[in-house]
Amino acid sequence: MALQSLDIKARSATTTPPPRARDPIHVAKLIDISKCIGCKACQVACMEWNDLRDEVGTNAGTYDNPRDLTAQSWTVMRFSEVEVEQGRLEWLIRKDGCMHCEDPGCLKACPAPGAIVQSVNGIVDFHQEHCIGCGYCITGCPFDIPRLSKKDSKVYKCTLCSDRVAVGMEPACIKTCPTGALVFGTKGDMIRHAEGRIADLKERGYANAALYNPEGVGGTHVMYVLQHGDKPELYANLPKDPHISPLVSLWKGIAKPLMSLGIGLAVFAGFFHFVTAGPKEVEEEEKAD
Amino acid sequence: MTNHWVDIKNTDLVLIMGGNAAEAHPCGFKWVTEAKAHRKARLVVVDPRFTRSAAVSDYYAPIRAGSDIAFLGGVINYLLTHDKIHHEYVKNYTDSSFLVKDEFSFENGLFSGYDPEKRSYDRSSWGYQIGEDGYARVDPTLQHPRCVFQLMKAHYSRYTPEMVSTVCGTPQAAFLKVCETIAETSAADKTMTIMYALGWTQHSVGSQMIRTGAMVQLLLGNIGAPGGGMNALRGHSNIQGLTDLGLLSDLLPGYLTLPRDAEQNFGAYIDKRASKPLRPGQLSYWQNYNKFHVSLMKAWFGDAASAENNWCYDWLPKMDKGYDLLQVFEDMGQGKVNGYVCQGFNPLGSAPCKVKVSNSLSKLKFLVIVDPLATETSEFWQNHGEYNDVDPTKIQTEVFRLPSTCFAEEDGSLINSGRWMQWHWKGAEPPGDAKGDQEIMAGIFLRIRALYQKEGGAFPDPILNLTWKHKVPSSPAPEELAREFSGKALKDVTDPKDPTRVLVKAGEQLNGFGELRDDGSTSCGCWIFSGAWSEKGNLMARRDNADPFGIGQTLNWAFAWPANRRILYNRASCDPSGKPYDPARKLIAWDAGAGKWTGADVPDFVADSAPENGMNPFIMNPEGVARFFAVDKMAEGPFPEHYEPFETPLAANPLSPGNPMVRSSPAARVFKDDWATFGKADKFPFVATTYRLTEHFHFWTKHARLNAITQPEQFVEIGEELAKAKGIKAGDHVRVKSNRGHIVAVAVVTKRIMSLNVNGKRTHTVGIPLHWGFMGLAKNGYLTNTLTPFVGDGNTQTPEFKAFLVDVEKV
Amino acid sequence: MQVTRRQFFRICAAGVGSSSLAALGFAPGEALAEVRTFKLAQATETRNTCPYCSVGCGLLMYSLGDKSKNTETAIFHIEGDPDHPVNRGTLCPKGAALVDFVRSPNRLKHPEYRAPGSKEWKRISWDDAFDRIARLLKDDRDKNFIATNDKGETVNRWLTTGVLAASAASNETGYVTHKVVRSMGILGFDNQARV
Repeated sequence: MALQSLDIKARSATTTPPPRARDPIHVAKLIDISKCIGCKACQVACMEWNDLRDEVGTNAGTYDNPRDLTAQSWTVMRFSEVEVEQGRLEWLIRKDGCMHCEDPGCLKACPAPGAIVQSVNGIVDFHQEHCIGCGYCITGCPFDIPRLSKKDSKVYKCTLCSDRVAVGMEPACIKTCPTGALVFGTKGDMIRHAEGRIADLKERGYANAALYNPEGVGGTHVMYVLQHGDKPELYANLPKDPHISPLVSLWKGIAKPLMSLGIGLAVFAGFFHFVTAGPKEVEEEEKAD
Repeated sequence: MTNHWVDIKNTDLVLIMGGNAAEAHPCGFKWVTEAKAHRKARLVVVDPRFTRSAAVSDYYAPIRAGSDIAFLGGVINYLLTHDKIHHEYVKNYTDSSFLVKDEFSFENGLFSGYDPEKRSYDRSSWGYQIGEDGYARVDPTLQHPRCVFQLMKAHYSRYTPEMVSTVCGTPQAAFLKVCETIAETSAADKTMTIMYALGWTQHSVGSQMIRTGAMVQLLLGNIGAPGGGMNALRGHSNIQGLTDLGLLSDLLPGYLTLPRDAEQNFGAYIDKRASKPLRPGQLSYWQNYNKFHVSLMKAWFGDAASAENNWCYDWLPKMDKGYDLLQVFEDMGQGKVNGYVCQGFNPLGSAPCKVKVSNSLSKLKFLVIVDPLATETSEFWQNHGEYNDVDPTKIQTEVFRLPSTCFAEEDGSLINSGRWMQWHWKGAEPPGDAKGDQEIMAGIFLRIRALYQKEGGAFPDPILNLTWKHKVPSSPAPEELAREFSGKALKDVTDPKDPTRVLVKAGEQLNGFGELRDDGSTSCGCWIFSGAWSEKGNLMARRDNADPFGIGQTLNWAFAWPANRRILYNRASCDPSGKPYDPARKLIAWDAGAGKWTGADVPDFVADSAPENGMNPFIMNPEGVARFFAVDKMAEGPFPEHYEPFETPLAANPLSPGNPMVRSSPAARVFKDDWATFGKADKFPFVATTYRLTEHFHFWTKHARLNAITQPEQFVEIGEELAKAKGIKAGDHVRVKSNRGHIVAVAVVTKRIMSLNVNGKRTHTVGIPLHWGFMGLAKNGYLTNTLTPFVGDGNTQTPEFKAFLVDVEKV
Repeated sequence: MQVTRRQFFRICAAGVGSSSLAALGFAPGEALAEVRTFKLAQATETRNTCPYCSVGCGLLMYSLGDKSKNTETAIFHIEGDPDHPVNRGTLCPKGAALVDFVRSPNRLKHPEYRAPGSKEWKRISWDDAFDRIARLLKDDRDKNFIATNDKGETVNRWLTTGVLAASAASNETGYVTHKVVRSMGILGFDNQARV
């Protein structure tokens, strides 16, 4: 078992306090949009490492493919052509995916114990074996990231390659990034790295260059360097001031005890069905290989 | 590349033009972002499209596809008229002071010696004045009206900012901004690197576009310097290696050339190529041609090659004309070619004018495909609906399709753009019965040889005597072949200065091409690779990535040809007295104490030739200096001149509007029937250009699911202005037609393709990515080369894929 | 309810699932929070070079097993070589997807033959393929070889057959191909550098 797995900060729908004696390093991914060429190497490396293969889609008249995040595509490039001033075109390309919030709305909203786990290092990880497919995490996420799989009715998103980070490696997307637009390290180092990049951008005429590390969700473990820090919405509608939806607090306060009972029964019944019948697709996969 | 990928981090300014490095070479492009981050370097992109490279640039200027010589000629004019040149470099290290023959002239778009019937030049007037001493005449003051500097200045004075804007459509302000930025690197301690690729190569005047770029770099003193250079970003993993090994119709390994019919005399063949120095005290390295050639013949024909038979000179095929790919498909279409072998090459996708290629292939008696993947060419005879609408019953070609291994299943070496020869190792067995290319080649060759042994036949000597000393003849090992091209001593090789001293014992691997001999005592399959596998072992497999001088020179990583040198012409990074122009970026320098050149790189020079000797840096030219004036080397003339693409929206060449002969290149070869296939602007009003996308590699990655996911379906890009005029919205299907056929694709409507004012007229561009076809996991599509014209560059015959005419309509 | 051995393993695997029930009071036990197991721990690592563009990025290829006698090697993951001076571990979207090229369903697996006018491929053996190709080539060469031109000059060329070589093939393949092609007198010979 990986050491990292014991350093839990929070688990969904669990009241037992996690162990707190250890304090491992806090990690972060920094996405420097001013260096991003939108090559999608990170998309490919993500799918390759995580053994995911999305559908071969169609072209909708843009470079965005797959068009949106899915249970098989945990990160996508969002391309925006912006004329920031008359005659000065910029092609702003934002790698979209889980922000690994310090205060994760998904985890708060999740009714299934242990389906969403936050490690002390900052990673917010989904454990699909506990997921009941209710989709509350999707409502809870201020960035519209988690996606429900049609294949197994469980929700998936970026794990920040928790399996790689657990053994001391960088996430697959970080390693592959050809231009160094993606950087990985401790959160403190990433903030310092961003400061250097912002100073460089200011010298090159981007007076409003800034770090995106929104306070509304307690800061994030995936941060952006934006050339136009005053206008995050230019970057395919990156929210200016994200907050967890008030619905989540409502749910936590009133609805949860009632819902838990119903969900529990469903899971219990499902458990015995699974043991005797098994999921059909496992057999199919064995054949296909 | 004169330099190499990591060296880009040493630059002050990156000019990406005629290429799209961020998109086509992302991992090499990282050294641009490194230079920006750590040296405050700037990136300027000049391109018909606002590309992914432009997305991270400091400045972008649009240009009409096919007009790059006009733009760069304008830069030359700017640098000369604003006196923004590296004076010492231009005076000492270039041919600027050389006097040109009085007969040489340029008038009305044509150089002296043009023959309109033959569409080619008599190049005899394109040369230097030779003095009575046998050397070229020079004027070091650069004032003589016939010196190269003055002729060049006059030639490019016509390329004013107004003219550039008229021809290229680039707004004058944008053009001047690029000029000012480039001009800053004329300072001795500043460098610019030019990164280009097929955006310059694939034009009917592609070679001259590249030359114009090189001339800009010479004016600025940027050739030979760290962070400088002319950097061709090659398109395939070993396209550099196959070029170096001479797998082109007119070459032998190591840039040795095949003889022409008239070269019946071996001595004359060698003499013509072993050029004597054109200035006193200079070294002309090609004087060693005979050593390289004889060693090659010994590698191929062993004991059969002897002084008596001129080292089998007559066994080499002689050329009556070029037999490049376009010529072969032309001949094939005329029924003159019976058999064709495609080893990892998909010409139905890669060659221009698909209908012509398809008709030509249909006339073959047999076609042999060797490939790891199911290519379009292998199924050219099969009906794939609208994408390949042919009738198999009418195609009488026999086709063999042989499965080969891919990179992961073999050992061997590849050469990257930076000339690094890198060894790789097999990681798995190939699928099914697939075999390695070497085993397949051996399987065919040994059977042919056996048939000649048994039956005799036409001129069997070279086949019967070809060296084939492999432990398993049916499967030559990569190690054996690598040792053969690197070279060995057949007899003891001694020091010319002291014949008693044995440098290499008979049977041992050579240390480098300096040990090659022309008396048959050495064998070397490719002289520039010599030393890659010496007695020290396989240097291509070295993996020490130490960079002791901190400027990205990892001399113990792999092996770089020639002689493990990483930056070509590096002597030119120092002033005439041997001191680096930029002491902070010292590559090499003259060490008077040690009496030799030392530093972070292997000197591209005679290692112990002191600066006082006055030998100049460009030792591969008989002049000893770099050429602005190309003498007789280029088909179109000694100075690059702008000519329009063969399909152009313009009625005349704005630089010579009165001469219809020079609208397009007067020296490009056009086959008789192809003139009629060129479209005109009245029916096909838009400029089209084809290109790669970063998510795909040619027609190859559509067989890989992950790449199919990230870019699944064929599309074309059009600007917002044209889309509006044609009522096309993003996501609509459009038909793009040229005079040779049509494709249907999804429209991507974008601000990134700007409409330009060219010669007083609004001009629109259509961008056409090339990755789709009728085989693969991505959505099937049309081969883009259905649209492209069958005409090539006048020197290389590389097709004009980058500028032609189309019409667009909503389906 | 009969629990077979296979089902028993499923119960074990589902153990994690039961933890959610535990939290709801259905069963005792602690919920585990484990990351996916690191999949490269004992895989065999082989160094290679990316076969696409000319940057020449270093690769690490990971394959099943440790190359012991009874394992059939299969490459299941490829990532960048961090020691390589140029790519320093990075890979572009093509390089990062290489495993899907190696394992593409469109890889050719057997020699095939298409007869004149036919609409289909037929499998043939390597020996048949080599024998027939050698026969076709020799017959064409013998019939069309040009030893001397109209002027009586020695030219020793064969123009009725041409060869295109692969610029993704190794130097060793390129070298042996060139040697064979020129020994036969072929001039119609190019690689992708021409286009």
